[in-house]
Amino acid sequence: MPDFLNVDAINVAHGDIQALWDVSLEVGQGEIVALIGPNGAGKTTLMRAIAGLHPLKSGTVLLRDKALHALPAHRIVEQGVIMVPEGRRLFGGLTVMDNLELGAYSKRAREVRANTLELVFELFPLLAERRTQRANTMSGGQQQMLAVGRALMGVPKLLMLDEPSLGLGPLVVENIFETVRQMNQQGVTIFLVEQNARQALELAHRAYILEQGRIVGTGLGDELLRDDRVQQAYLGICPAPEE
Amino acid sequence: MLLNLEGVSKAFKGLKAVNSVSTRLEEGKILGLIGPNGAGKTTLFNLITGVYPPTEGKIFFDGKDITSVAPHARCWMGIARTFQLVRPLPELSVLDNAAIGRVYGRDPIRNRSKAEKASYETLEMVGLAARASEKAKSLTLVDRKRLELARALAAKPKLLLLDELLAGLNPSEVLTSMALIQSIRDMGITIIMVEHLVKAVFGIADQIVVLSAGELIAEGTPAEIACNESVIDAYLGRSLHA
Repeated sequence: MPDFLNVDAINVAHGDIQALWDVSLEVGQGEIVALIGPNGAGKTTLMRAIAGLHPLKSGTVLLRDKALHALPAHRIVEQGVIMVPEGRRLFGGLTVMDNLELGAYSKRAREVRANTLELVFELFPLLAERRTQRANTMSGGQQQMLAVGRALMGVPKLLMLDEPSLGLGPLVVENIFETVRQMNQQGVTIFLVEQNARQALELAHRAYILEQGRIVGTGLGDELLRDDRVQQAYLGICPAPEE
Repeated sequence: MLLNLEGVSKAFKGLKAVNSVSTRLEEGKILGLIGPNGAGKTTLFNLITGVYPPTEGKIFFDGKDITSVAPHARCWMGIARTFQLVRPLPELSVLDNAAIGRVYGRDPIRNRSKAEKASYETLEMVGLAARASEKAKSLTLVDRKRLELARALAAKPKLLLLDELLAGLNPSEVLTSMALIQSIRDMGITIIMVEHLVKAVFGIADQIVVLSAGELIAEGTPAEIACNESVIDAYLGRSLHA
């Protein structure tokens, strides 16, 4: 697998709390890579650091040989690294169409906007039907689709999804995960942060386990599904060692 | 029983953040309250400390029904807490911050210098005595967390609630804090701790309560909980193909 995204030994702190310690990972072109781990492990921080929303204390983030860590967030979007943030963060008072068009704000995306829009409507026919509806009047699942659609309008080379299943019912989650698979088959590389470790591991080619700001394990998705380290990262060893 | 929750629920605009939770806590024990994001841990904490009243159910503390007792009055009765986002009064000295607990807590001392004298020992206990005269704003995060704990202890609690006391600490600070929590328990103070660091809680708690989507899904010793299938499902999620 050729190197695509390379995160090398990054350290990130919130004030005097260090959130990430020497974290390294790679995502190959065409892969679905998941990042799993318990609450507070630093998953969102890692994704935000890649997106340029958190300064690094040290370390590098490269997309091929382009140094993303030296760029502000909007320049990283222009490089094709696009995030669907946790909680979606749509422009609630704007219509579906406005939200999608804002996703294609960068010059690179604007030039092919009409084409991309067709692809997005193919993937999410519902967004085409609802194009004049205000985003904040849609259901949670529909809003998540719109958030993904908005990200796709930016023509991502690497699409980063932060907790896409959060707060959604099981059927909607299944739908979203199926869409992620389809997007990947159409050539979009995916980096996914998920609280639902089992579903994420079923979907991903590979995964990393993050615990207290450190990578504590990595492997193929279906290997990790059967790996005790995953459960240990969340709940410790079963049975717990006697004190 | 020091604390007794009977079918406690709290709904926000129809959403049941805590749904009919019942549990009991014996004096002198450490209860670890865990659960995935959005499980209702903080809401349950706020119900016990009286931030808001429950929609249904009753809360008994030390044999008295405190369901509709105000938070400051619960503090007089012996319920003190720390906050996850520590907010000491920045311009006051470390000692004055701790003394606030002594002035407004159980068995209060209204005289400032006497309250300060009486609070000094709580600073010693958490390892902040050497910095007693410094302004609170000069403390690092771990020391601000210690101060938060000293202020709560100065209120002479019977029940101490710790909200994410270990969050943001490095591994050696976590170990020091765990030992400190155990020594507080050994003084006879009953403790409820909410933590994301499940493994740390398992190391010191006598009893674990697991919340998921507002419901109490399991209760038991750490060894029982680590192997409980519904707890594992709550943390790892259910498979699509199972």
